[in-house]
Amino acid sequence: MSAILAALQERFPSEVLATSHLRGEPTAVIHRRGVRPIMAWLRGESSERYDFLADLAGVDGQKILEARAENPGALADLGAWPDRFQVVYHLKSLSTGSRLRIKASVPETDCSVATISDLWAGANWAEREVFDLFGVRFDGHPNLKRILCIHTFKGHALRKDYYIKDQQWLNEENESLMDELGEFGENPADGGFSELIPVNLGPAHPATHGVLRSLVKLDGEIIVKSVQEIGYLHRGFEKHSENSTWTQVIPYTDRLNYCSAMLNNVAYCRAVEKLMGIDVPPRTKFIRVIIAEISRIIDHLVCLAACLVDLGALSNFWYLFAMREKAYEALEGLCGARLTSSYVRVGGVADDLDAQFIGRVRAFLTELPTALNEVLGLISKNRIFLDRVKGIGIISREDALSHGFTGPCLRATGYAYDLRRAEPYDGYEAFDFEVATRPDGDSWSRLMVRFDEMKQSMRIIEQALDKLPSGPVLSDDKRVMMPKKEHVYGNIEALMNHFVIIYDGIKVPAGESYCATEGANGELGFYLVSDGSGRPYRVRCRPPCFYLYSAFGRMIEGCMVPDAVAVLGTLNVIAGELDR
Amino acid sequence: MGVKSYYANRPGFFATRLDAMTNGLTNWGRENSLWPYPFGTACCGIEFMGVLSNVHDVSRFGAELVRFSPRQADLLVVAGTITHKMGPILKRIWNQMLEPKWSIAFGVCASSGGFYDNYSVIQGIDHVIPVDVYLPGCPPRPEAFFEALMLLQRKIQRERAPDHDQQRIPQMAHARP
Ligand code: SF4
Repeated sequence: MSAILAALQERFPSEVLATSHLRGEPTAVIHRRGVRPIMAWLRGESSERYDFLADLAGVDGQKILEARAENPGALADLGAWPDRFQVVYHLKSLSTGSRLRIKASVPETDCSVATISDLWAGANWAEREVFDLFGVRFDGHPNLKRILCIHTFKGHALRKDYYIKDQQWLNEENESLMDELGEFGENPADGGFSELIPVNLGPAHPATHGVLRSLVKLDGEIIVKSVQEIGYLHRGFEKHSENSTWTQVIPYTDRLNYCSAMLNNVAYCRAVEKLMGIDVPPRTKFIRVIIAEISRIIDHLVCLAACLVDLGALSNFWYLFAMREKAYEALEGLCGARLTSSYVRVGGVADDLDAQFIGRVRAFLTELPTALNEVLGLISKNRIFLDRVKGIGIISREDALSHGFTGPCLRATGYAYDLRRAEPYDGYEAFDFEVATRPDGDSWSRLMVRFDEMKQSMRIIEQALDKLPSGPVLSDDKRVMMPKKEHVYGNIEALMNHFVIIYDGIKVPAGESYCATEGANGELGFYLVSDGSGRPYRVRCRPPCFYLYSAFGRMIEGCMVPDAVAVLGTLNVIAGELDR
Repeated sequence: MGVKSYYANRPGFFATRLDAMTNGLTNWGRENSLWPYPFGTACCGIEFMGVLSNVHDVSRFGAELVRFSPRQADLLVVAGTITHKMGPILKRIWNQMLEPKWSIAFGVCASSGGFYDNYSVIQGIDHVIPVDVYLPGCPPRPEAFFEALMLLQRKIQRERAPDHDQQRIPQMAHARP
């Protein structure tokens, strides 16, 4: 047992109900009354200082409890499960890099737990999400409302007893959000009139690229207060995952951050592999690195192009999108789809890459710097442009970490935190690249970090192409891979194996695990719970955008409306990932 | 009372030809200068950006002038998943557009809900607004959008402008000698 679990048990003997240490992930199940003292202690006083809240999610254990009622020894790998619900906190210590999972047990009657939104600002929205989807109330939460589902929704969508196709129509207007404006909201005392003008930015607004809504109160052109509403693209990814086989989830992951679909595939498959204990062949790792970095470049290209268009710099859109088409051409040759690739498999990738793909990628790499330099030439000394991004939308490093920032937006505050370096996977430790940072935390830094990162990604791809080993691209693990055709025809064992995989899909042993990958926007984590049936029990995606966007309101207060557009563009909020 | 409606009530070579000519002329103008409103909500919206980009270049079809105000657009391109939360907004945007107007359901999500058959996604935007062309694909390729656009253009070609005088001011029609 790890030292931190022992220390935790010693400090809070009556609150800690059980501990475990499986797959290198220390886990503690605690009584809900211990949430606040334990979190405060872990954050401030424990030896490791778990100062970063990576994720906060809920799990409904109804079926686990049912299975255990029938057979008390069932699903032992899932550990203690005293009550129906669990609120799962994933903490990370930034100084030592270690992670810790705390699970607060919440009973069905009096379904509530204390809030930690004052300890970490990022917990605010995450708790609202758990409230929305599971119905767990968070005592002391400043604004406990639904966040993803419509505000008239009855029931809680991610509870196991909610049928997935139970549609509920919204028969009235969307919420006015005036109640969230606080002192700036409608004041009956002055007859609803005030000097300040409320304006809705979105959800159908050219600069929101889809479906984000901000209600802002304007004093002239200055934003004095803003509140956000999300959930306009809530497509039920997590509910769908529970109703699909493990492999069928892969296409759904494409559509999380649809600008870099391959990266999501990689992140999800890595998480499943971790849960099953599968190691993929070296060639697969290199292929995954190559496609992940191409996706990262595409994502940054789209982000920059869209942001620059919003700022009126239209010609950059043509330069950057021409490059994006080049990259898509290569990916299309590889997997047949432009945007939604579904190329990665649990235990490998769908197909080997060929000389044509390599040729196209190399051509792309030689052309990209020209396009980037062209764009940089247009903007980097452009007074009009600089005035709109320099020193605007600043967020300090402390605030960023408290909101759960990761990825380029965190690195734009000067903090060199990159999972490819901090927790290397897929052989990233062997590549020579730098973690791009910028010091200021403003819109300009966030844009420039993306430019720098693309250059580093190009370096990584070049190295990977040069060193690409030969060998198989699929693992030979019988649990996930189909046997070769000649064996299927030749021996009965292979035939049965083939039949089982076709018929049941892959079977993941009971257990839980959290696996984080550096996505284009930051830490893309998957927290998986399996009950050993052929379908996931719970798939929780830790979306980087969700935490980024939760800070948007405070970043734009004091800015002008056009600055808010710039800030939004540089955050690169992708609605598919934000709302899932 | 316009010339058109005057002759419309009198069958004969001259009237039908004139009618066809004015209709044909209006339709020709409308089909070749569609102004799209890109209602992009999800992945399809990103692919719709590809339609606008220089590689695929939608201006070849006269529809490159995207307007972000529904009052200035006459083609609503719904590109992406429409959830129940978004439904009322889509409806409002459609109602804000001026006649004549058309709509394209870009991608399977907009056409039928796609593979999001669940509690929060509307199973096809035709539950909310009328649709002229359904475009399958997840997402459709930019080339597929051009086909949808040409289909729509062909549909517009065959359209016949309603006889406004007769429809809206029936008393005047009766008052004719
Ligand atoms: S049709 Fe496919 S690509 Fe288009 S919005 Fe739906 S899921 Fe995304």
